[in-house]
Amino acid sequence: MSTLPSTPSVLPKPGSRAPDIAFKWIAAAAAGLIVVLIVMVGWQLYAGSRLALAKFGPGFLWSSEWDPVLDKYGALPFIFGTLVSSLLALLIAVPLGVATALFLTELAPLRLRQPIVMAIEMLAAVPSVIFGLWGIFVLIPWLRDYLFVWLKHYFGYLPLFQGPIYGVSMMAAGIIVAIMILPIITSISREILRSVPNLQREAAYALGATRWEVLKIAVLSYARRGLFGAAVLGLGRALGETMAVTMVIGNRPQISASLFAPGYTLASVIANEFTEATSDLYLNSLFELGLVLLGVAIMVNIAAQIMLKSMTGSGPIKVN
Amino acid sequence: MAASPYLPTEQFARWRKFKSSAVTAVLVVCALAVIAPLFLVIYFLLVHGASSLDWNFFTQLPKPTGEVGGGMANAIVGTIMLLAMATVVGVPIGVLGGIYLAEYGSDRANDWLRFAADVLNGVPSIVWGMVVYLMLVVPFKTFSAYAGGVALGLMMVPLVMRTTEEVLILVPQSYREAALALGVARWKVIVVIVVRTALKGIATGVIVALARIAGETAPLLFTALGNNFWNHNLKEPIAALPLQIFAYAISPYDDWHRQAWAGALVLMALILALNITVRVLSRDRNTTN
Repeated sequence: MSTLPSTPSVLPKPGSRAPDIAFKWIAAAAAGLIVVLIVMVGWQLYAGSRLALAKFGPGFLWSSEWDPVLDKYGALPFIFGTLVSSLLALLIAVPLGVATALFLTELAPLRLRQPIVMAIEMLAAVPSVIFGLWGIFVLIPWLRDYLFVWLKHYFGYLPLFQGPIYGVSMMAAGIIVAIMILPIITSISREILRSVPNLQREAAYALGATRWEVLKIAVLSYARRGLFGAAVLGLGRALGETMAVTMVIGNRPQISASLFAPGYTLASVIANEFTEATSDLYLNSLFELGLVLLGVAIMVNIAAQIMLKSMTGSGPIKVN
Repeated sequence: MAASPYLPTEQFARWRKFKSSAVTAVLVVCALAVIAPLFLVIYFLLVHGASSLDWNFFTQLPKPTGEVGGGMANAIVGTIMLLAMATVVGVPIGVLGGIYLAEYGSDRANDWLRFAADVLNGVPSIVWGMVVYLMLVVPFKTFSAYAGGVALGLMMVPLVMRTTEEVLILVPQSYREAALALGVARWKVIVVIVVRTALKGIATGVIVALARIAGETAPLLFTALGNNFWNHNLKEPIAALPLQIFAYAISPYDDWHRQAWAGALVLMALILALNITVRVLSRDRNTTN
């Protein structure tokens, strides 16, 4: 703490301040390493992708060719897959997460709150690779045999639900990622909703509002910006999700309007092809995909931090 | 009759009440939908995993492709070794950084450092794998256990740093002042008084971080790589449970799928055990403070 009084000058023997100063600098170096690490991560990826950067230029981002045989690489299918699967996940997870947070802060009997919060924390502890395993052997067969068939039957006129059903698909990835980001969206939304002053609710009740009206006019409208921040933070997590997505998305670099079609994401193409990259340009292109992923993830994260900070004023929301 | 908010008729009041209970019901359903996946995952882990767990699983090496049987003994040991190496890398840096934040840093510097830690926390795990590949795999020309440990350790740093800071701030200022007044050097005050008082909290933070990285697969893909045999040399690739689960899950063999479930059950049990330890530790802390 900076408010500490300095060491009384009478006591320390001459020279005894050296270890003090050394310790302070060691601690400062450890803290500073955080900043060094960020720079290093960015620099390493940049250095690793130099060949691809020089060869393809910015066109890398909107070229949809990915052909290791011809040594031609473009990032578009992966950017598309990352964005679509993440947005799909948000579409599912944000309403569910916010609703659960509302349930936990406003409705649930006190006795129920702790167990539900614990269950959500446990969900957050399940590793990505286990979700992937479960996705392959439980979720995908169910989606393929029931949900997708149903969607195709009733909503097949939409381009989103057309084409052959394989099971592995953009939609399966979206659902798995939704499950994985639900805990963070729920817990941050819960923190935000808890920071809504009770006076707001009481005032609305006093006007004769029903429970839903209180939630709508007093709670949700007050917390709107923070909840948006929670969603953006969830997006940051979703973009970088690797293992579970790799296991269920089908890993095909294509851009298709149908959610039943397989796709590919930035993270999963790196996971799959990195150790098999045969040419330098191939490896460099994968590094450039990593650079794109890092850039997007960091920007989204910073945006979320700023939104959450402005929502809560000085009190930081714990993000981890 | 058209409902008007300005003329609260009987009918309109009933409609409002109905809407409110309908929303309540929807919220309950949403909450159930959120926790349902947890029970579905655990149910299938138990069903598929428990039936495949046997003594061989814990004692034997993976069998060559096509042969039935074998186990993941090396992967279990590998995961524990990787976690130990990650602790060696991540904890000193994280704890010292936390000490700086809590004891030395100016408010302004701290804001930036916390911000940086949050940013670092948001770096996708696969990116850590690529970066450590460039740092430790390319120069030494081999995938290695060290590289895997460093990748996981670096991921621990921001987590440990933030939790250390939080528990150090909770140590009463009077402890520091009392020790300083006795003429104890500041670094000794921090190490002997402040850190010791908060030791349990720091340990809790470390275990939380370990639980977080124990199941990480992506950073190990291009660092630890995986290994079908015992690793006697940390400069060589090492097996890890998450890697083995991944490799077996996407394989075409039923027997390997069976073992992937068993491995997932063991990994989940390990992570649960870490989480329960955290709960026990932090409960004690709450009662003593």
